[in-house]
Amino acid sequence: MAEQLPILEVDNLHTHFFTKSGVVKAVDGVSFSVKPGETLGIVGESGSGKSITAMSVMKLVPSPPGRIVDGDVRFNGDSLLPKTEKEMRKIRGKDISMIFQDPMTSLNPVFSVEKQMLETILTHEDMNKHQARKRAVELLDLVGIPDAKKRLKNYPHEFSGGMRQRVMIAMALACNPKVLIADEPTTALDVTIQAQILALLKRLQKELGMAIIMITHDLGVVAEVCDRVMVMYGGKPVEFASVKELFDGPKHPYTWGLLSSIPQIHNRKERLEAIQGLPPDLRHLPEGCSFAPRCTHVKDSCLHIDPALLEDDTDHFVRCLLYEEEEKVIQP
Amino acid sequence: MLNYIIRRLVSLIPVLIGVSILAFSLMHLVPGDPARSILGEKATEAQLEALREELNLNDPYIVQYGRFMGQIAQGDLGNSITSKEAVIVEIGSRLPATLELTLFAMGIAVLVGVLAGVIAAVKQYSWFDNISMSGALFGVSMPIFWLGLMMIWLFAVELNWLPPSGRLSNDIELQTITNLYLLDSILTLNGEAFVNAFRHLLMPGIALATIPMAIIARMTRSSMLEVMKQDYIRTANAKGLASRLVVFQHALKNAALPVLTVIGLQFGFLLGGAVLTETIFSWPGVGRYVMDAILSRDYPVVQSTILIVAVIFVLVNLITDLLYTLFDPRIKLD
Repeated sequence: MAEQLPILEVDNLHTHFFTKSGVVKAVDGVSFSVKPGETLGIVGESGSGKSITAMSVMKLVPSPPGRIVDGDVRFNGDSLLPKTEKEMRKIRGKDISMIFQDPMTSLNPVFSVEKQMLETILTHEDMNKHQARKRAVELLDLVGIPDAKKRLKNYPHEFSGGMRQRVMIAMALACNPKVLIADEPTTALDVTIQAQILALLKRLQKELGMAIIMITHDLGVVAEVCDRVMVMYGGKPVEFASVKELFDGPKHPYTWGLLSSIPQIHNRKERLEAIQGLPPDLRHLPEGCSFAPRCTHVKDSCLHIDPALLEDDTDHFVRCLLYEEEEKVIQP
Repeated sequence: MLNYIIRRLVSLIPVLIGVSILAFSLMHLVPGDPARSILGEKATEAQLEALREELNLNDPYIVQYGRFMGQIAQGDLGNSITSKEAVIVEIGSRLPATLELTLFAMGIAVLVGVLAGVIAAVKQYSWFDNISMSGALFGVSMPIFWLGLMMIWLFAVELNWLPPSGRLSNDIELQTITNLYLLDSILTLNGEAFVNAFRHLLMPGIALATIPMAIIARMTRSSMLEVMKQDYIRTANAKGLASRLVVFQHALKNAALPVLTVIGLQFGFLLGGAVLTETIFSWPGVGRYVMDAILSRDYPVVQSTILIVAVIFVLVNLITDLLYTLFDPRIKLD
């Protein structure tokens, strides 16, 4: 897999929102790439810029007030940013597709599943209605919906949450996408259903060979399905490593905080560790490191110097002054 | 579904009893004497008294009301005091004119209102949004009679583009089937009559449509703005659907319910508003008929018309409720 070219590359992406109360730097210098068959996790708290990163890749950031002000997104080596809305619509749902957090609200309540699946297929594929219906039944079968042919006629409210997420996944896979962006696909589901959905995604990835970008705030999900993971804070990546590296040797104090706030079954401590403080106001980011106000290892210099993303010799990136002297600077 | 419709139709009965009491008391509370308005200023007291006796107006109210309801229960709406004709026949000959005008006005209001609302929502804060919503505010605030008079002055008197009054020019032949002239001219393939009837409908139709159009446009806009923020619209966009599909199918069908409610209510309002419009444009409909009846204190006519309008209003609301199920599969009526 190592010699494969990335299918999607995001390069120094900046997406800002121009509001009356100031410029919100929701995504501020994010770079990553994914290869076919690979799963990249993007982790962070609410408001860390995960979802806006995903929406920027799809060029679906509401504009105004949002705008991609700098950077590049390349699919198969082809830059997406200069593309017109019409050209983007040919890519959305076909080459890059997306599933969302809340399956209860992400499907249109007034249309049958059949209508919603068929319109995706007919928009992108050269098929007649009959072929498209056959494909839709195959897809529902694929994602494990029993009695697919009959269920196709049902409306979203006639499915349970987990089943609806399966429908969403089937719809996203309708045109064999090269990249699937899953924006917190399990957050709104029961724990048992979460596991089922993750297993389903893994199985489908193996069968179809697509790249997955898994956006989540749940490190458990990351450990389960991802190959590499990017931790985001205040619109910037603060740590980027393989899953093994990240769990074995986390480097950024924020990642330490995230890891220690996961409940451990063997650890019978009364209270969970929590990261003190609140995520930063993206309109008024602190002068130095944006995590500094909440950091337990904060130094004087952290309050003035915004650290760069540093790389060690194992492809492990971290944005923190604790490592400034020992490693080389790779990004201004 | 059938059960529901039957239940709703049965519930019409108490509504109609309530409306009849209201209509009856209102008419008798308003000062004025039918005998006087029939016989004129110069009639003697003896003549007036004789006529009142003949019309049973000297009976106690409760007896009069009982007689009125008794007739209605037998399907008889009574006779007009002034013309002596059966009320049901007179209303029957005028109702199609009112229905045609109301349906035409509603057609304009829905078509223009929904379209303007959708565009205003999709292009929020654009010049179109600003102009159409100011226009809507203007439309809601405009008295129909003033607008009607201005239109007659401009389009009929000054520019001479459209006929100022009536339903059809005298020299046009039209074989009537439904008495809805547009429909009849289509059914009989009479192009000349169609154009003529259409030109007659245009001004009163637009005048009557103004207020509901404005309300529908504003309601559509706010409902669409709400829906366009929903997750399933994001899904539809992420699927790569054409924006016209996203807006006119995915969004509009979800935004339709509140708009439908308003349309149903406005339909009832139009039946009432037609009284003014019909008077201004000399439209030979129920509105003008009831207007004359009120002025001459023609009790049976006024009471019966109010009852009929109430029935239509309830039926329109029933149809609205049935249409809900068509727009939203989650709504079950039983």
